[in-house]
Amino acid sequence: MTSSLVLGLELAYWQQSILRSLGILLAVLLPAGTFVYLFLFKMVSFMQSRLGPMEAGPFGSMQLLAEVGKWIQKEDIIPEKADRLLFKIAPYLVVSTVLLTYIVVPFGPDMIFANHDTGIFFALAVSSISTLGVLAAGWASANKFSLMGGLRAAGQLIAYELPLILAVVGVVIQAGTMNMSGIVAAQANGEIFGFDGIGSPYFITQFLGFVIFMIAVQAELAQTPFDMPIAESELVTGYLTEYSGIRFLLFFIGEFAAVGAFGAIAATLFMGGWAVPAAWADLNNNIFNLLGPLILMAKMTLVGGFIFFIRFTMPRFREDQLQKLAWTVLIPLSLVNILATTILKVAF
Amino acid sequence: MGFTILAEVARNADADVLVAQNVAFGIIAAIMIFSAIRVVTTSNVVHAAAFLVMVLAGAAAQFILLGAEFVAVTQVMVYIGAIVVLFLFGIMLTRAPMQGTEKFTRDNWKVGALTSVVMLAVLVFTLVDGFGEDKLPADLMPTDTRVLSDAIFSTYLVPFEVISVLLLSALIGAIVIARKD
Repeated sequence: MTSSLVLGLELAYWQQSILRSLGILLAVLLPAGTFVYLFLFKMVSFMQSRLGPMEAGPFGSMQLLAEVGKWIQKEDIIPEKADRLLFKIAPYLVVSTVLLTYIVVPFGPDMIFANHDTGIFFALAVSSISTLGVLAAGWASANKFSLMGGLRAAGQLIAYELPLILAVVGVVIQAGTMNMSGIVAAQANGEIFGFDGIGSPYFITQFLGFVIFMIAVQAELAQTPFDMPIAESELVTGYLTEYSGIRFLLFFIGEFAAVGAFGAIAATLFMGGWAVPAAWADLNNNIFNLLGPLILMAKMTLVGGFIFFIRFTMPRFREDQLQKLAWTVLIPLSLVNILATTILKVAF
Repeated sequence: MGFTILAEVARNADADVLVAQNVAFGIIAAIMIFSAIRVVTTSNVVHAAAFLVMVLAGAAAQFILLGAEFVAVTQVMVYIGAIVVLFLFGIMLTRAPMQGTEKFTRDNWKVGALTSVVMLAVLVFTLVDGFGEDKLPADLMPTDTRVLSDAIFSTYLVPFEVISVLLLSALIGAIVIARKD
């Protein structure tokens, strides 16, 4: 079940558990750090005709470590009128939901932290808890801008959770399982109208679902054009206004790790995950326990790059436009998608 | 005192059943009861919602101990991810009190207490009557989601559809009441 099989070692359950916990931290922090450096520091800089960080390390690649050091040594300010306990817990709640999301993402034939039968359902359920963290942060800060930010975030997350889940339902119907490994296998072994040369990656066969999913993910992550909860020109920085030091860092990690997590989920659901089409190679080969994470990481980076590209090019929506898009366009479309998928599933 | 209860739970555990599961059950149950009492005694309405989250999360954890993975995930998604978030949303949209100055204990709390005691009695009777001396199997495995969905859409199809229609009519009713135009 774990990497221990790759190395040919037998490990006790508690040893496996330690390895899994370390693995989760690696799986969360590595993509998050990569995304911040690659897209937030470098891509946006090139888009704006500047170089971005260049001093710390080769091409500024160590800049992020310097930033983390800076945040850790800053004072952790708690406003006098704040609700201390909720104010302190909120960032941990947000980060821990992101950590939990990774548990069901498969990185290879045996590389999965827990092979849940409920797979994707589990990932969506735990990611919906982060709304609580954001609401708690907004309320506990005792600041009207924070409260407005928290309210906007909650309204937005509620509205876009529905199209997100309904888009996934199409994938689950086509794959016939909610297990993430099962969805990967269904795509690798699938065929498009009898042609099995590239398997059946669902971003082709579930194209509408993929588009709805990506729009909903952009909104769930509160990235521009859906960044009204933060909206620094209207709300200071929304629910983050009163946070500083390590707790701000936790929210920051949570935001970018969530991009990684949803990138991994999108790559697994729509791009075949860690696998290549079954026509190309024998997927049960042990080598895929090493290649799989790299393949998944490449696909994740592609999805993440897309999310940040949209973030840096689109202007912000108005609050009512955002709600209207979710309730009158995306949800009916995703219901149509489910209906079409069901009919085609029964017909073929 | 908590430790004596735990020791008691562990001692009563059947030899076939894992002791660790019984201990976990005891710890989670204690947290749930404490949180449930705090939900109704705390004077801050947002804290009450937070304690409600603890109770609901505890219920999800108990489902996992029973191998009911799907039910546990549904519990988290529906109750914590949707219902409590809507509660909090409503509270913050209307007044969002920072200090618990308001008096939440109403005069008719006795009727409420009576109702909850009757509900408790009914539930306890149903559970004891239905399961009695049943013990968990020692080789407890997670319930296959496929089996569960087959059961819902074949054996329990009619109740399932009835509940769906009921929820739909409640939804339409809420919209009719809320919209004046």
